[in-house]
Amino acid sequence: MTQAPALVLRNLCKTYPNGVEALKDVSLEISAGDLFALLGPNGAGKSTLIGIVSSLVNGTGGDAEVFGISIHKHRSAAMAMIGIVPQEINLNQFEKPLDICVQQAGFYGIRRSVAQERAERYLRELKLWDKAELPARTLSGGMKRRLMIARSMMNEPRLLILDEPTAGVDIEIRRSMWKFVRAINRAGTTVILTTHYLEEAENLCRNIAIIDHGRIIENTDMRSLLMQLDMETFVMDCQADLEALPEVDEIQFRRIDKRSFEADLPCSLDLNRLFASLTAAGITVKSMRNKTNRLEELFMRLTGDTETMA
Amino acid sequence: MNGRGNLVALGTIAHREVIRILRIWGQTLMPPAITMTLYFIIFGTLIGRRIGEMHGFSYMQYITPGLVMMSIITNSYGNMTSSFFGAKFGRYIEEMLVSPMPPWVILCGYLSGAMLRGLTVGTLVLGISLLFTHLQMHHIAITLLTAILTSIVFALAGFINAVFARKFDDIAIIPTFVLTPLTYLGGVFYSVDMLPSPWRQISHANPILYMVSAFREGMLGIGDIALLPSFAVMLGFVALLGATCIMLLRRGVGMRN
Repeated sequence: MTQAPALVLRNLCKTYPNGVEALKDVSLEISAGDLFALLGPNGAGKSTLIGIVSSLVNGTGGDAEVFGISIHKHRSAAMAMIGIVPQEINLNQFEKPLDICVQQAGFYGIRRSVAQERAERYLRELKLWDKAELPARTLSGGMKRRLMIARSMMNEPRLLILDEPTAGVDIEIRRSMWKFVRAINRAGTTVILTTHYLEEAENLCRNIAIIDHGRIIENTDMRSLLMQLDMETFVMDCQADLEALPEVDEIQFRRIDKRSFEADLPCSLDLNRLFASLTAAGITVKSMRNKTNRLEELFMRLTGDTETMA
Repeated sequence: MNGRGNLVALGTIAHREVIRILRIWGQTLMPPAITMTLYFIIFGTLIGRRIGEMHGFSYMQYITPGLVMMSIITNSYGNMTSSFFGAKFGRYIEEMLVSPMPPWVILCGYLSGAMLRGLTVGTLVLGISLLFTHLQMHHIAITLLTAILTSIVFALAGFINAVFARKFDDIAIIPTFVLTPLTYLGGVFYSVDMLPSPWRQISHANPILYMVSAFREGMLGIGDIALLPSFAVMLGFVALLGATCIMLLRRGVGMRN
């Protein structure tokens, strides 16, 4: 028997009382076990979509199913399978992390003894155990975000929704959070991630949907999406001062300063061709990198932000 | 969520409320005790001596049930508004809204906290009154039932206030401009029989009068209104306000976008 998809959205709509149409007939399916990125510019409808699934926002049309269970017809059963880390900090600042986690488990009907054991496990995994007895208000921004992740794991959800979990978090903590997310995904939890760090989505996620102006404008796997990119720009740093840049039909070179330049290269062209032309011109490349993240380039193109791309 | 799960969830909210009340005891338990002590000193001891007897009881004995009721009303209401609105304002209400808890569990959880504070303060005030006068308990079941029903009514009313409140000012308006006047005019310090017509008849539109009267009947065996209409009013308000609260929670009014 095939497993039901982790999340199915059918013609989801949301019009706010002020007339703003946040979601326009959104349909989407996310497979069980996936690590799925939901991207979109600010105000595109990501948080509204997540809000409807987690029952924090009342939709104005359509339905959503979590592992085959409708959130409208069987709300309680559907919610029992979801964990949510919202974008904004929503902790009781006067409570201690351990109490916050144990209480969250209680709201799901989990007995205190089980909740205590789980709280300790997740607080340890997220490196918060030494802060377990301090009021939440004394924690740093990164710690509060990790605490919200620990809290969302208390019901051991089958579907975990992370709404910009790494916003404003330093790279070290961000990487430890990625490690945690990968581990729980490997253990079988389906993860939906929204993020503004496109590098994060590219590194972590297998499938992706892009939402813009309340509509899904792209829904595919990461590899297929990145293959849509027809041109990549590399930045090269040279060993010695540049005299002249080579002239190659399909590659465009631009000098940045006396020891570095950019090369626009069609994705269909292999890099050997680029290096052969550089070797022939007597240029020794010390290092190279993508000018922008590949997903970022595609994102800008799909959401129509060509100005930022240029 | 099954019955056992609902009980665990209910216990979790109740536990959180108890911890909150005890953590900020200086705001929740202490001020009403001090205020009521002042009432006993000023109205009971200093002024009461000149008033003389009311229905065969000293003025101090007469106002004690009213002051206990006043404490239960203001503290049940205040605990619900401050706790639930605090959760809304701090957005940690979302912890409960995303969970599988049915609305009645959330409501009963908060209700238990509000009742606990209301009845604890009521007991404290009753204890303080014993420092100033001796009291009898005419009918303990009526006294307890009235205290519990009154606490439920005002906790539910506080919940509705907290649901619609958008800022802290909104949870102060009703207690200041509605609750306090109704309490003072609800027979706490006097018998409505003392009022001239039409004020005596108008007073019967005040639900607090029925509660204070039933409580005084339970404690002293005297009341302005018969027990049956008093309990009918209390039970009617419990049903009406309870149904309204469940409907508001179900629709997510003031909580969900």
